[in-house]
Amino acid sequence: MFDWKWDFAWEILPRLITATGNTLLAAGAGYAIALVLGLFLAIAQRTPYRGVTFVVRELVEFIRSTPLLLQIFFIFYVGPQIGIRLSPWMSGMMAIGLHYACYLSEVYRGGIDSVPKGQWEAAIALNMTAVQKYRRVIIPQAIPSALAGMGNYLVGIFKDTPMLSVIGVAELIHTANAIGSEHYRFLEPFTMVGIIFLAISLPAAGLIRLVEGRVRRKLGLN
Amino acid sequence: MLDKSGFPIELSGANTPMVSFRKVRKSYGSLTVLDDLDLDINAGEMVSIIGPSGSGKTTVLRMLMTLEQINGGVIYVDGKPLTHMPKGNQLVLANERHLRSRRADIGMCFQHFNLFPHMTALENCMEGPVQVLGLPKAEARDRSEELLELVGMIAKKDQHPSRLSGGQQQRVAIARALAMRPKVMLFDEVTSALDPEVIGEVTNVIRGLVSEHNLTMLMVTHQMGFARDISDRVCFFYGGKIEEQGHPSELFGTPQRQRTQQFLSAVSEAV
Amino acid sequence: MNFFDFVLQYWPRVVSGTGVTVAQFILATILGVAIALSMGLMKLSSSKLVRASAITYIEIFRGTSLLVQLYWIFFVLPLFGVTIDKFTAGYVAVGMNIGAYGAELVRGGILSVAKGQWEAALAINMTPAQRMRRIILPQALVNMLPPWGNLMIELLKGTALVSLISVADLMFETKQINSSTFLSAQAFGIALAIYYVLARFMVTPFMRWLEDYMARKMGRA
Repeated sequence: MFDWKWDFAWEILPRLITATGNTLLAAGAGYAIALVLGLFLAIAQRTPYRGVTFVVRELVEFIRSTPLLLQIFFIFYVGPQIGIRLSPWMSGMMAIGLHYACYLSEVYRGGIDSVPKGQWEAAIALNMTAVQKYRRVIIPQAIPSALAGMGNYLVGIFKDTPMLSVIGVAELIHTANAIGSEHYRFLEPFTMVGIIFLAISLPAAGLIRLVEGRVRRKLGLN
Repeated sequence: MLDKSGFPIELSGANTPMVSFRKVRKSYGSLTVLDDLDLDINAGEMVSIIGPSGSGKTTVLRMLMTLEQINGGVIYVDGKPLTHMPKGNQLVLANERHLRSRRADIGMCFQHFNLFPHMTALENCMEGPVQVLGLPKAEARDRSEELLELVGMIAKKDQHPSRLSGGQQQRVAIARALAMRPKVMLFDEVTSALDPEVIGEVTNVIRGLVSEHNLTMLMVTHQMGFARDISDRVCFFYGGKIEEQGHPSELFGTPQRQRTQQFLSAVSEAV
Repeated sequence: MNFFDFVLQYWPRVVSGTGVTVAQFILATILGVAIALSMGLMKLSSSKLVRASAITYIEIFRGTSLLVQLYWIFFVLPLFGVTIDKFTAGYVAVGMNIGAYGAELVRGGILSVAKGQWEAALAINMTPAQRMRRIILPQALVNMLPPWGNLMIELLKGTALVSLISVADLMFETKQINSSTFLSAQAFGIALAIYYVLARFMVTPFMRWLEDYMARKMGRA
C-alpha cells in the first residue's frame, strides 16, 4: 500500500522548489496589492458621501461572499472579451489582490474602529488634514489590532494560490498535477506539496503570532 | 482505626461533628493559605467565618465543596472522609468517584450566584434533582416550587436570571442548593455582590433556614451584625488559622486576642 | 446572445448545478459541525494524547489549503486503497477543512463561559459530561454563533472547489457553459449572482435568526 519511491521524490524536488518560489511570489504580489487596495476600500467606506460608502460597501460584500475561484475565472475569461489582455499570471494577481483587499478592508475597519473617538477629536482640534489625521494618528493606532487579521490573511493567500493552477499558472498544485500526469505517479508530488504547504504556513502562523505579541508589547497594549 | 499517617479512617461516636477539618493545609505554590487547620462543626450548628481577605476563609468553603485540592490533612463530613478515601486500612487521596459520592452531602451558594442563564428560576432548581438525583420531573418540580415558595420567589419561577435582581437571583440560588437536600450548606459571601437595599431579602431567607431547619451551615461573611444575630459560633480567621472563636456575644462583645480586636474595630469604623 | 436568451436556454443546467452546490453545502455543514464539536472538545481534554490528536488534525487542515486536501482525498487516497466517489470526496474535504477552523470557535466559545458556571454545576454534583452537555455547551453555543456565520460563508465558497474534481455543481456547470459558448460574462456572471444571493440572502439571514433564537432561549432578547 505504501509505495513511496524516494528516488522519484528526490528527482521531482527541484521542480517543486521552483514552483514553490512561483507560489510565494504570487502570494507576495497578491498580498501587496491587497494591502494597499484594502486600505483604500476601508477608508472609502468612512467618507461622508453616502453614495460612495454604499457602493463600496456593497462591492466589498459581493466580493467577499462569492468564491475566489469564480472571480479568477471571471477576470481571466471576461477580461479579453472586453478588450483587456491579461496573462494568466496577471489576471490571477488581480483576482487574488481584489478578493483579499476586501477581506483586509474589514480587518482595517475593525482596527480603525477600535481607535478611541477622542483621538479623532484631538486630530481635528490640531487642525490636521484628513491625510495627516490618518497617517499620523489613526493608522498607527489601528495597526496593532489589525495585525492578527492581516497575518492570518497572508497565510490564507499563500494557501489560496493553488487556485491559480486552473488558469495555468505554474504554481505548486499545477506543477504537482503536471508531474503526476507525466509520470503516472501522484502520491509523491501531492504529498510533498502538502508537506511544503505545512512547512511554510505553520511557521508563518507562529511567526505572525510572535510579531503580533511584540508589537503589542512595544506599544504598551499588553 | 488509624491509617499510618495518624488520621482515622472514620469518625464515630455520639459526638461526631458533622464537619471536621484535621490538620488541613492548602498552599498555592509558596503561598500557604491554610495552615494546619483544625475545625469542628456540629450537626445543626450555624458557624460564621469572618476575617481579613487572604486569611483563608473562602478557601475553607471551597475545599469543603471540593473546588480545591487539599495539600495536607483530612476533611471529614458526617464522620466519613471527604478529601480521602479508605484503601485497605489506609487513607489515600480521593478519586473523582469517591468525591462525587461524598459531595452529595454538601451544597453551596456563591458570591456571584452562578445561576444557569439559559434556564428559568424553576428549571435552575429542578436541574440538580432531575439530572443528578434522577428524580422524576413531577417530583422535582414539586420540591423546587416548595423551595421557591420558601425563599419568596415563587412568583418569578418562570423568569430567566437576566430578568431578576441580584437579591432575587441569590434567593433562587439558595433554593437551587437546597433542592439537593444537602446535610451541609455553605454560603460564600452571598451578600457581598448585592446592593445594600436587597441584602435584607437574602439574610432573611438564611435567618429562616437557621430557625426552621436542622441544617449544618457554614457562612463566610462581612455582615457582622447578621453574623452576630444568627450564628451559634463565630470563627475569626487570620493568616490561614483560626485566631479566635466562640459564641458571637463573646467574640464580638469581649474579643480576647489583639488581632480580633483590631479587625473588629476596623470593620465597625468602616460602617 | 443577450442575457435573457441566455437564461432561457441554460437555466436547467444552472438550476441543477445550484442544487448540487446546496447539497454539498448542507452535507459539508453537518460534517463540519460534528468535527468542530469533537475536535474543539478534544482540544480541551485533560489527556495529552487526546489533545495532541486534535491539535494535529486542526493544524494539518488549517495549514494546507482546501484545494490540496481535495486533491489528496480524491487522487492520493485511492492509492492507499480508499476510493471515494467524487461527490462524497467533495463534501468530505470541505467538511473536514471547515471542521478544523470551527474547532477553534468551539473551543473559544467554551472557554468564554464564566468560571462560576463550572463551579455551580460541580456544586450540584453533576458529572463532567452532564455539566458540559446541560450547562456549558448551551452557553458556549450562543457565544460562538457570530464567528460561525462568517465560517458558513467560507464553507459556501469552499464548495465551489469541488468543481475541480468534476462534481457537477454551479461552478462546474457555468464553466462548462463557458467552454462551449464562450459567453463568459453571462455564464460566470450568473454564477456570481447566485452565490451572492445564497450567501447574503439565505445563509447570513439564517445565522442571524439562529443568533436571535439562541439569545431568546437564554432569556436575553
